[in-house]
Amino acid sequence: MAVADSHDTHDDHHDLYDHGEFIAHHFDSAEQQFDSGKLGIWLFLVTEVLFFSGLFVAYTLYRTNHPEVFEQAHVFLNKYLGGLNTIVLLFSSLTMALGVRAAQLGRNKNCSVYILMTMVCATMFLGVKAVEYSHKWDMGILVRSAFNLTYTHPTPTTEIGKSLHISDYLVYLCIVPALLLAGFLAASVISKLINKTMLAKFMVAMAITVSGYFLGVVVGVVFMSATDAETGSSHASVITEQPLMLMASTQDEHDEGDHDEGDHDKAAADPNHEGDHADHEEHFGAHPADGGEASFDAHHPDPSTLSRDIGIFFSIYYCMTGLHAIHIIGGIIALAWLYWRSLLGHWRTDYFGPVDYVGLYWHLVDLIWIYLFPLLYLID
Amino acid sequence: MVDSSTRQKLFGTPETNFLNCSKGWKSWAFTLDHKRIGIMYLIGVTVALFLAGVFALVLRSHLFTFDSTMLSDDMYNQMFTLHGAVMVFSFIIPSIPAALGNIVLPMMLGAKDVAFPRMNLASFYLWIIGTGCLLLAILSGKGLDTGWTFYTPYSIDTNTGVIYATFGAFILGFSSIFTGLNFLVTVNTMRSKDQGWFKLPLFVWSLYATAIIQVLATPVLGITLLMLIAEKTLHIGIFDPKYGGDPVLFQHFFWFYSHPAVYIMILPAMGVISELISVYSQKRIFGYSFIAFSSVAIALLGFLVWGHHMFTSGQSLVVTLIFSAITFTVAIPSAVKVFNWLATLYKGSILLNTPMCYALSFIFLFGIGGLTGLFLGALSTDIHLHDTYFVVAHFHFVMVGGTLTALLGGVFHWWPKIWGRMYNDFLGRVGCFLVFSGFNLTFFPQFVMGSRGMPRRYASYDPEFQIFHQLSTVGAFVLGIGILLSFVVLVYAALRGPRCSSNPFRAASLEWQSSSPPDFHNFLQTPVLTDPYDFESQVYDEELDTYIPREFANPDKVAPRKEPVHH
Repeated sequence: MAVADSHDTHDDHHDLYDHGEFIAHHFDSAEQQFDSGKLGIWLFLVTEVLFFSGLFVAYTLYRTNHPEVFEQAHVFLNKYLGGLNTIVLLFSSLTMALGVRAAQLGRNKNCSVYILMTMVCATMFLGVKAVEYSHKWDMGILVRSAFNLTYTHPTPTTEIGKSLHISDYLVYLCIVPALLLAGFLAASVISKLINKTMLAKFMVAMAITVSGYFLGVVVGVVFMSATDAETGSSHASVITEQPLMLMASTQDEHDEGDHDEGDHDKAAADPNHEGDHADHEEHFGAHPADGGEASFDAHHPDPSTLSRDIGIFFSIYYCMTGLHAIHIIGGIIALAWLYWRSLLGHWRTDYFGPVDYVGLYWHLVDLIWIYLFPLLYLID
Repeated sequence: MVDSSTRQKLFGTPETNFLNCSKGWKSWAFTLDHKRIGIMYLIGVTVALFLAGVFALVLRSHLFTFDSTMLSDDMYNQMFTLHGAVMVFSFIIPSIPAALGNIVLPMMLGAKDVAFPRMNLASFYLWIIGTGCLLLAILSGKGLDTGWTFYTPYSIDTNTGVIYATFGAFILGFSSIFTGLNFLVTVNTMRSKDQGWFKLPLFVWSLYATAIIQVLATPVLGITLLMLIAEKTLHIGIFDPKYGGDPVLFQHFFWFYSHPAVYIMILPAMGVISELISVYSQKRIFGYSFIAFSSVAIALLGFLVWGHHMFTSGQSLVVTLIFSAITFTVAIPSAVKVFNWLATLYKGSILLNTPMCYALSFIFLFGIGGLTGLFLGALSTDIHLHDTYFVVAHFHFVMVGGTLTALLGGVFHWWPKIWGRMYNDFLGRVGCFLVFSGFNLTFFPQFVMGSRGMPRRYASYDPEFQIFHQLSTVGAFVLGIGILLSFVVLVYAALRGPRCSSNPFRAASLEWQSSSPPDFHNFLQTPVLTDPYDFESQVYDEELDTYIPREFANPDKVAPRKEPVHH
């Protein structure tokens, strides 16, 4: 057996896959390559589960130790929007599975369509999340240290915001997608002009994908108004004419200062610290602003009745959904890569591994949301 | 019957090998060859070792006198933090798996490369970026003074470069995960035909067990460090008591990774020792399956004992008792290995060369390190010993006396295979002697002063401890000289050592069937599958002055074992 040439002699730029040379050099067979990739992606999924597990553990600990925080906080989440997102992701898992099947049968065209559908669902999910997040930011619902609940809606300052009655934050969250959309559209036109049809098709598909985001935003805004009465979301991104006037404050410095003098007496009178919860709630002071009546209900609770630590729920909420969203974005990038390869016709009945693997990843991202949704949105 | 010219081609010194088959920096920077990646890793971790070693020497110089003003208190805190962080994250964890393992593992399986060569290269670049980010903590001028453990709430409140360092450690974590994932898949899918699990060298078993830990534990560190960064920047209120968080929760998350991490450090080292002891006793390893299973047992049990780092943190007595009990059980598989190695030595034909000297040092030093762990695992004694120099001595005995010693032994052992050149054995053994004696002088006094109450991480101390510190400082410099000498011996050998053959020491695992240095594709023929500890399967060929598998030998010229020449 001759000494093997160490250099890769494929200098000419034709596609290796035309010759069926999709087996990497260090593998003995296509089967070994496929089995390796399969085991590899499953191990990667295990690491992803463990990565998220830290947050799930934090959730469990806090909910066990501060159940009132979770009971009070979940009213600020819109479970209908969450449910919509759940259905969108489940549907995307379906289209993904169909895409894998198409690749297994070597049907590249069908596969590309299914992958595109999956990407659109993914961006739609992100669009709905943008509506949710911007609504919360308007209400001052932030992480623990910055939590500052207000039912007074800030007036939009952007032109678009003013004309459409949507919050500034939502506009800001649409800037990058808008730029991407414009970029992809421009790129597709340019590609067509310089006769690179595959690239043009790809750019068009990317433009469609980004449009999914705006579809999500529109649907999110509509859903939010529609579920107005049943959720705490009437201030979504839509301005109401009669804002409630209460400001809540997190008075941490106030708390710490207090403890010096009053503490000894309090401790003596209350050795089991049973009064502490009441203290905390009192410190969460509320000051009625410009006159006007305050009206509270289940979905607009009186801030003064809320636990001082209610912001921790949202710290956990933002961390978990934020990390999940980052994984959705990563998935979209991987799907875009698969889409490109489908356009090039890479998948054959004896070679479809990458679609299979990304499919597994996508199902995990969906599964993580299936856990997040009830844990965060359906507390009752 | 294989003819002489084929034998020469397969086992003689080749003209082209993986080192010279392509030239130029790009052929290294963009290589997918596991052997080249392993060498780059080796260079990288050596730089990390020297950098963190310098921090240690600065520290020990400061501690020479009890009221030294060589370093300010703040500077002192930075020194021990950086020493620990760079050593743990950039040196010890990657060292044996990513440097030695990358080079040797695929060859032990008769494979051409690991399962995912691009992921392998990515893992190396992540190491570079992660280490760079960690060092940004220094270069940014902010430093790092939290201890390598980043305990909250101080790590939240301090203005030093905690974010750089934790983000660096986060990236290094991914480097580790990629290596582990690669090895798990490689061992599962790329073994030679008919190479069953129980025909694998024990180094492979140990790397497999290590990889399990890397894949399961490291992501938890990842999320912990991200949460710490979020706490510092956004004040999410998970660890910071000012915002309703629990600082001890950080310790639980941190040690959930960092305890299994110490098994990432020691398991590959034990695997190396199994190889060295058996080859240099020319005797089949005693209790192969016990050693194999004990590696997996340590990997799994290691996930259940993290609380033993937190006995004094205020956790409940119930869990404290449980952690202590399980800590005792995890000592058992390690002890099983030590007994098996000793039994292997018994009536073996011992060759006391440099790698064997390191292997024997390992058994002694790891033995002490492991036994002292039991004092720390027992509750009543731990209350007294926690946060003293006793702990410092314990973990240095296992990490330096254990892992570093095994790394040096393994590097010397496989050096002739990698470069096709032999090291100067006399100077190698001198280096080992300096390392061994310097190490003992450095760390043994620390057990004594620790048990007498000397706290760790203190910049100044009571005069009664000064003599111990002085012995320790002198020892540290001797240790440093020993490591430096070993480094010089190895570099000289790689560049200018006398040429050596493919299998000078009659080892029987598959990597010794390739030429020295190996070809780019590792093997020019399908290696003959032998039991890796069946040394009789390799016979001496006079023409080539090396040991080759019996199947390739000239039956008329099968010679009795020849004593290898000492250089």
